[in-house]
Amino acid sequence: MKEFKYLSPESVEDAISLYGQHSETSKFVAGGTDVIVKLKEGWMEPDFLISLKKIKELSDLHKNEATKELSIGALVTHATLEKSLMIQNRYPIIYDAVSNIGSLQVRNVGTIGGNLINAVPSADGAVPMIALDGVALLHGPDGERSVEVKDLFIKPYVTVLKPGEILKKITIPPQEANTGSAYIKFGRRAAMELPLIGIGVLLTLDTDQKTCTKARIVLGVAAPTPMRAFEAEKSLVGQKINEEILVKAGQIAADESKVRDSVRGKAWHRKEMIKVHVRRMGLKCLDIIKKQS
Amino acid sequence: MATKISFILNGDKISYEIKDHWTLSYLLREEMGLIGTKEGCGNGECGACTVIVDKLAVNSCLYLAIDIDDKIVETIEGLASTDGTLHPLQQSFVDNGGIQCGFCSPGMIMSSKALLDENPDADREEIKHALAGNICRCTGYIQIFESVEAAKELAVEDKGGKNG
Repeated sequence: MKEFKYLSPESVEDAISLYGQHSETSKFVAGGTDVIVKLKEGWMEPDFLISLKKIKELSDLHKNEATKELSIGALVTHATLEKSLMIQNRYPIIYDAVSNIGSLQVRNVGTIGGNLINAVPSADGAVPMIALDGVALLHGPDGERSVEVKDLFIKPYVTVLKPGEILKKITIPPQEANTGSAYIKFGRRAAMELPLIGIGVLLTLDTDQKTCTKARIVLGVAAPTPMRAFEAEKSLVGQKINEEILVKAGQIAADESKVRDSVRGKAWHRKEMIKVHVRRMGLKCLDIIKKQS
Repeated sequence: MATKISFILNGDKISYEIKDHWTLSYLLREEMGLIGTKEGCGNGECGACTVIVDKLAVNSCLYLAIDIDDKIVETIEGLASTDGTLHPLQQSFVDNGGIQCGFCSPGMIMSSKALLDENPDADREEIKHALAGNICRCTGYIQIFESVEAAKELAVEDKGGKNG
């Protein structure tokens, strides 16, 4: 690994200013579980590695009891999310996604912000953030701006972040009553695996607990970036949700997806799994809603 | 680019001048000669290099040495008593066939220690979840899970002994 100088600013402003001084030769690092691999392989050769670990506000995880907004700092680790009872109980789709990222050793160090900014098509962390209508707060040399997580990704490994910009946190708007959410990472094995396909479903039902008022179907590895299956979502809204309707939505989502053959699996297999798991995750959502009431 | 860091390693206060780009596994093995921690893949896939930092199991090959500044580090060398008595987990791995070639064992044992320190009653599923990032090519894992389960009992007996 090439030598570099490690800088540990304690504020976002200092981090951005340090980056400004050496912009051509600096890289930001959060947990480092992806960046250190890239450094070792020589895919990244910065002279300055600017760590965000000492910036306390970035590790903040809390729910604002007044606004009911959930705020997830970019440096919150996957393990912190996995162990949080609030996440387990109120945001099961986040728990489902982060509890199977890499290994425990990776989840103890790797962060949700790093997972998003690394921007691989298979990022497990992105699917729940999109399904929950998460908003990313970015801070750069020109100040702050907000971007919906669904619009964060341009193509594999590329996000809308400009040079010197930092992801500070993801804000999840309040969840409506009668909402259920679930994610499955479908792969050949459970651990140390990137998904063949990732499927996240969120359903909100009316007070009758039957009619769908909001649906989110989000797919990972189904396109160059994580994607929402908008047509499949539309097919559910206004309908009384049952297994048959979910099967149809799964078919629509599979048709909408841009899956392709890769070393990890074939396009036809991915489509079949979208069909199966949109239905299963939808049923899981209904189950969660039923248990809440 | 050198930086001086201070940390606690297996109970001892240490100050060390390191280079910023060193990984923790490099510091432990190549600089400090603590070769109990193994490095397998070097990319965070195999778990052989697992050590405990501030009570959390981490891959020392993906953790920069500079990041242990002011932290508490535990490695396999810190487990046995100074008189050579093995830690309950080590004894249990020996007794239950949890070790064959031994390369994955330090990582397996450190992952297991982090788990049992946090959750002494961990059940089989919790043990599997915690050890999913530790790869073993010899045992087929069953004996390893059994070793961790048996260690729970040994640890309880130990406590009873000391308290009595």
